Amino acid sequence: MRRFALIPVYAALVFFAALTLVPLVWMATSALKDQQDFFTSFFLPRGDGFLGIAWDRITLVNFTRLFRDFPIGRALFNSFFFATVTSSGATLACAMGGYALAKYRFKARRTLAILVLGALIIPAPLLIAPSYQLLWQLGFLNSYSGLILPAIAPAFGVFLFRQSMLNSVPAELLESARIDGAGEFRIFFLIVIPLVRPMIGAFLLITFLGAWNNFIGPQIILQQPEVFPLSVTINNLRGIYSTDYGLIMSGTLISVAPVMCLFLLLQKEFISGLTSGAVKG
Amino acid sequence: MKSAPPNPRWAPWVFIAPFLVLFATFTLWPLVQSLLLAFSQTFGPKRSAFVGFDNFAFLLRDPLFWQALRNTLVYTAGSVFIQLPIALMLALLLNRPGLRGRAMFRLIFFAPSLVGLVFVAMVFALLFQSRTGLVNAGLHSLFSGWDPEFAWLDQHVMGSLIVASVWLYAGFNMIYFLAALQNVSRELLEAAELDGAGPWSRFRHIVLPEIQPVAGFVVLLSVIGSFQAFELPYVLLNNSAGPDNRGLTIVMYLYQTGFLTGDLGYASAIGWILGLILAGAALLQIRSTRREET
Repeated sequence: MRRFALIPVYAALVFFAALTLVPLVWMATSALKDQQDFFTSFFLPRGDGFLGIAWDRITLVNFTRLFRDFPIGRALFNSFFFATVTSSGATLACAMGGYALAKYRFKARRTLAILVLGALIIPAPLLIAPSYQLLWQLGFLNSYSGLILPAIAPAFGVFLFRQSMLNSVPAELLESARIDGAGEFRIFFLIVIPLVRPMIGAFLLITFLGAWNNFIGPQIILQQPEVFPLSVTINNLRGIYSTDYGLIMSGTLISVAPVMCLFLLLQKEFISGLTSGAVKG
Repeated sequence: MKSAPPNPRWAPWVFIAPFLVLFATFTLWPLVQSLLLAFSQTFGPKRSAFVGFDNFAFLLRDPLFWQALRNTLVYTAGSVFIQLPIALMLALLLNRPGLRGRAMFRLIFFAPSLVGLVFVAMVFALLFQSRTGLVNAGLHSLFSGWDPEFAWLDQHVMGSLIVASVWLYAGFNMIYFLAALQNVSRELLEAAELDGAGPWSRFRHIVLPEIQPVAGFVVLLSVIGSFQAFELPYVLLNNSAGPDNRGLTIVMYLYQTGFLTGDLGYASAIGWILGLILAGAALLQIRSTRREET
């Protein structure tokens, strides 16, 4: 009886799953077709092969063109470099900051905690114009430093780590480590960090995704094509080759695939880290 | 037993220093500067002159700003009244007891969140293309009367934008709703069902009050995020505000005035107005949750 009651639920879920997947499947299949087949078939090219698909017309020509004629390899490297440095730097700085606010008693602690909380409501676009001016004054325009340094100190990261360390790092453990003569850094790296590992994983992924997909930052700060990440390079590609759909979709696929893989690896940490703040708050 | 040596006074400062230095340089200092800039007229990053409230006075009479505000409000309404109900519905479907394949469906619905804004915008720009896009081709094959050359990104700029944003964000917000639904007591729901309460009244009187705090938080996050929309419409409309600025948003206007016109002062004034609107939204949310608690 109960099993049949679930049939409309499955029907609805399959319907919405199909709607969600269609744009992704369309992107992937468009990347595997040449221009001619793009216009004549929805997804894979139609023919008389298995499942009515012309398997022999599937082509990697878009990808070979992309890597041969455009600086996609370089852009891929730039995105990896930018996202890796930003996410590891931000995770370290925020974990350290959150630890200071959660586990030490010192005079400025309350003030700093309020500052971090207040910074959560500053809208990022408000800082675009003055940051551009500041980076120009510091000589950081058109450099990786100009892109990375401002992204290493997100207040919400310090807030997240403070919240998770308040509960999951017992003060007695730190006390006894001090009695045993452990130094402050030893305690942080060998005791505190392992205790908040899920949070570290989730935050690494969040900041990696944010840096990988960042568009407005590099668009404003960087000027030379050699340092552009994928987001800017692929968008520029569209400006010039606006009707070369296979080329654009293969570039998009290359940009999306690495973060999809990363997510599949870290999925569990990510979802638990994402919701931990919401459920408590 | 030996008592622990007190931790050294420098310790917390060393730990917070990297964050504090970068935060002060790249957030607090620009914040102060943006206030000064908002009262200046600038020509590129080099020259500026103090003009008092001129930027704000001009803003109030600027038809483009009002258009940007209107478009942004429409987009925000789409997020709150279309996207979030869909997200909640997906969460309710996934939360049915005895459901199989829950993890797989959850992963599918969440997948769009991994695609960056720019890439989502590019895929949807091609999906909505008038002759070659899948949307028109699909509609034409379903309803033969459908015009395959219908220009979505011309005729229905905001509608197309909202469709893309629903696709992108519904699965993300679903995760929050799912987490909240886990707190709803199964026993209470079953007891209500035995008492003859229908699905709607169970939702209205048991589920909704329980998920209310999380729902309020998600609404606030969506409003804040929607008000800052830039990349999605900008790239969807091929690096422009669309025909007759029909897709112009507040942040897009900020970007245009600051970086295409070179008036960082006017851009900062727009930024402060945006900041005030968001602070107002946050205050409203805090006050409404307070009232319910007392």
